[in-house]
Amino acid sequence: MAVSLFDVVGPVMIGPSSSHTAGAARLGNMARRICGHGFQKVELLLHGSFAHTGKGHGTEKALLGGVLGFKASDERIRDSFALAEQQGVTFSFAEIDLGEQHPNSVKIIFHDGKTTCSIIGSSIGGGKILIKEIDGMALEFSGEYPTLITRHHDEPGVVAKVSAILSQYGVNIAFLKVFRQYRAGEASMVIETDQPVEPEILAQLEAVEGINRVIFVDLDE
Amino acid sequence: MYQFSTAQELLAMCEREKAGIAEVALRSEMEASGQAREYIWSRMEELYQVMQESIKNGLAPDRKTLGGLIGGNAYKLQQQMQKGCLSGQTVLKAASYALAVTEVNASMGKIIAAPTGGASGTLPGVIAAFIEDRKLGDEMAVQALLVGAAIGKIIASQATLSGAEGGCQAECGSAAAMAAAAVVYLAGGTAEMSVDAAAMALKGLLGLVCDPVAGLVEVPCSKRNAIGTAHAVLCADMALAGITSYIPFDEVVEAMSRVGRMMSPDLRETARGGCAATPTARAYVLKMNQLRTEQ
Repeated sequence: MAVSLFDVVGPVMIGPSSSHTAGAARLGNMARRICGHGFQKVELLLHGSFAHTGKGHGTEKALLGGVLGFKASDERIRDSFALAEQQGVTFSFAEIDLGEQHPNSVKIIFHDGKTTCSIIGSSIGGGKILIKEIDGMALEFSGEYPTLITRHHDEPGVVAKVSAILSQYGVNIAFLKVFRQYRAGEASMVIETDQPVEPEILAQLEAVEGINRVIFVDLDE
Repeated sequence: MYQFSTAQELLAMCEREKAGIAEVALRSEMEASGQAREYIWSRMEELYQVMQESIKNGLAPDRKTLGGLIGGNAYKLQQQMQKGCLSGQTVLKAASYALAVTEVNASMGKIIAAPTGGASGTLPGVIAAFIEDRKLGDEMAVQALLVGAAIGKIIASQATLSGAEGGCQAECGSAAAMAAAAVVYLAGGTAEMSVDAAAMALKGLLGLVCDPVAGLVEVPCSKRNAIGTAHAVLCADMALAGITSYIPFDEVVEAMSRVGRMMSPDLRETARGGCAATPTARAYVLKMNQLRTEQ
């Protein structure tokens, strides 16, 4: 993919490190937008270099700031611990070994009192991130496009039905990836689009036979 | 029509369109993103505003950084500037601005990665100092940023801008190359001169290792950003004098990439080699760890 001038000069960020601070904030923010609805408690599990050199880079403050909904350029990141307490959010940090994941990775688990939702993501440099797992399902996307994620049953026709609905509403698919755990088991589709996907379209997608869940993450700008 | 990933392609487009690097870079971004000229321009303008704010914030005498290894140096250099200086007014101003931005960066303040957080001082330092001292105005600053970004884009396409992958040559080396090309543009040099200045700047920092003390983005990062400003300006002067780089920019970038791959991981941001492995650095790490255990 072509490098944008704004990848080189940019992003606007809270220092000191694009990977350990800006990327961390973006990961927290993305995790919140995927599964942080009405949560009261959040666990942040740090892997590799996030765990080892994160302290000196404010990685914990940045991750938590992102979870509170702050962007990577929000100066409130510095005070995110105190702000979380004010908002009544309980948080904890611990180390974790996520195996072969990128050295700058984190697992974030949200609790809303009844259910949990978990995300694994990596900060891959220059503030760029990749989401690698949602609720135990391995997948991969960057959040640089409006992104639609489905959890569905692996059966013929689901991909075609989804793309038909999108085309009907004039939503262009930039990238499409399909992941599954095993044949005819649970699967996931990651669709990166050129246009935002409106709630009306999401409702239609949720109604497609075989689809269990639809998540949409718009651009953060 | 305007997509480039090498300096050769960029210069050919400048020739074809009879336009400067800033204009070609702007058109390439419009084409790739599908956005209007005004949108790209105003985004770049906003980045310059934030750069100026971070310079202003970093000139305070009492800046506290995460590791406490730097802070207040930008202020000291500003004082020196008023006393009279060896390096020349504008260069010293650029260096003080670079220190300012990196001190803001190291204290969890707002900055623009240029191209990274660790190398965020050099480009804004050089551009802001020249814009001010030569009274060129913000419009020229945006054009200079476009020139710097075009150079960085070539390095990102052909090599890397990450210290973890390529060492400090990829961060501060790239920043100096971007700044050198930008300041040649501000001085009215040709596109070829900008690219030659960038080649000389990157060549001059080839092999520079990434060795942050305690893994913090403070020592030696902050002062390397300041040194990068003077380095960039000298390369720009050489290019403006008609001195060319014997090795073309694209080959220097390729060489930088290869040197980065040859570099031991100890010298690539892991804080295990170079300045990070000195007795003073180790004593600091020991002290910090003791403090943390006590907490």
